[in-house]
Amino acid sequence: MGKNTLLSEKTVGLKPSGIRKFFDIVSEMKDAISLGVGEPDFDTPWHIRDEGIYSLEKGRTFYTSNSGLRDLREEICTYMKNTQGVEYRWDKEVLITVGGSEAIDLMFRAMINEGDEVLIPQPSYVSYEPCAVLADAVPVVIDLKNENQFRLKPEELEAAITPRSKILVLPFPNNPTGGIMEKEDLEALVDIIVKNDLYVLSDEIYGELTYTGNPHVSIASLPGMKERTVVVNGFSKAYAMTGWRLGYACGPEEIMAQMTKIHQYAIMCAPTTSQYAAVEALRNGADDVRKMRESYNERRRFVLHMLEEMGIPCFEPMGAFYVFPCIKEFGLSSEEFANRLLAEEKVAIVPGTAFGDSGEGFLRISYAYSIDNLRRALSRLERFVTRLRENS
Amino acid sequence: MDTLKQKILTIIEKNSRIDMNELAVLLGTGEIEVLNAMQEMQDEGIICGYHTMIDWEKTGIERVTALIEVRVTPQRGKGFDDIAERIYKYPEVDCTYLISGGYDLMVILEGKTLKEVSGFVTNKLSTLDTVMSTATHFILKKYKDHGTIMTRKYEDQREMVSP
Repeated sequence: MGKNTLLSEKTVGLKPSGIRKFFDIVSEMKDAISLGVGEPDFDTPWHIRDEGIYSLEKGRTFYTSNSGLRDLREEICTYMKNTQGVEYRWDKEVLITVGGSEAIDLMFRAMINEGDEVLIPQPSYVSYEPCAVLADAVPVVIDLKNENQFRLKPEELEAAITPRSKILVLPFPNNPTGGIMEKEDLEALVDIIVKNDLYVLSDEIYGELTYTGNPHVSIASLPGMKERTVVVNGFSKAYAMTGWRLGYACGPEEIMAQMTKIHQYAIMCAPTTSQYAAVEALRNGADDVRKMRESYNERRRFVLHMLEEMGIPCFEPMGAFYVFPCIKEFGLSSEEFANRLLAEEKVAIVPGTAFGDSGEGFLRISYAYSIDNLRRALSRLERFVTRLRENS
Repeated sequence: MDTLKQKILTIIEKNSRIDMNELAVLLGTGEIEVLNAMQEMQDEGIICGYHTMIDWEKTGIERVTALIEVRVTPQRGKGFDDIAERIYKYPEVDCTYLISGGYDLMVILEGKTLKEVSGFVTNKLSTLDTVMSTATHFILKKYKDHGTIMTRKYEDQREMVSP
């Protein structure tokens, strides 16, 4: 094959997204109730929207610097210092990106040489694996286990390491499982990471949404880890700002410089309006986040309670806004289960396999919905599983 | 006030019809604890009643809501309390607030006809000795009431499925 081949083989070779496939089926069905979204049901708090509108009124419609507004980067540094006790220099160690997703892509591209391995715990967000492949890395999947509440265990990490291992992805609090890594869980990994000279991509986009009563701990806050961690975060989940497409990365200057270089050529800068709104979010949004967190927590308890009443086993997820119940008893694959549930009861729930093969036998239920909506959808799920049990 | 009570109030302020068992589930506590807290708050007069929010406009029934600003002469030793009582004892009065600023009392009459309101103001309210003046405002349209936007229905505009 020469240059006559129309498309990039690497791109064509990427697995199609399991979410996309399911989405296509769901969109055929107009009146389905969905528990399938990965974004908040809240509107962006008004004072944050207002700040975005104000910036437009003031004619702030220019590019910002490649790395992002100074005010925003400084606010991010303050936030990281206050919440994690980690100090970053706003001018060298912070980059504003188009969503957290861009930062993931950038870190791989900035660090990977062909054949380097990226360790990806799964089930997890859909873009780590394809982004790694596009950066010429070899993705190495670590299958997380239900019995460990989908936390990454040191022995699992150790077993996956080879001399080519370079980056470890830490996707916690986790989408789709709702699993988290607490301080002790992270501490147990540090020696292995340092000994094997790994770098960490810590995706903390759900960091504000944990329900243990203790705030989320970033691995960057542990001794010796700041210099080998890129923290990826953003405004989508905590401040209900998904459509604003704004994220950021904090990390060692050397890596950030290369990430910024790619960002500058590919993106130029993150949307200016969104950056102004995000400054307001960080300055005055803490109370909104607290209220939304409390509301998610109520719904989390509600969903777990309903699943318990149905007799569907589910570990207690302590983060994000997902629960990940096990449906193995029904003898259907996740995809079959989800497709039949949709066809027979018109409820859209994403099969666990959309987030990796180790999601087989599980479903991702999002509880970013009103209690009434959750009740309606889950009673249909109950009717469905009752029928499955009767017919078995 | 303990945090459980505060959380209960936050929820029932928006949804007073919530099932007690469900309330316990949402708050991660037992039904007994919730029932006890509710009882205590009723006994203490913290929870004073349960109302239904109705958008009367949609019923087609003609009703007006009037906000009446009242300026009064405070009485020695009693301040505004006695005159407020004289006013709030009228059954047609829904709310009576003491207000800081340009006037003293805010009196709200809900669900009356125009005639009933004017009758109340001219025959009852204005004739009280201590009332110096009144200014009556009528509500033309309710956009938002008790935190609920009345003019539009919530619609989930998100995609059905997203990663």
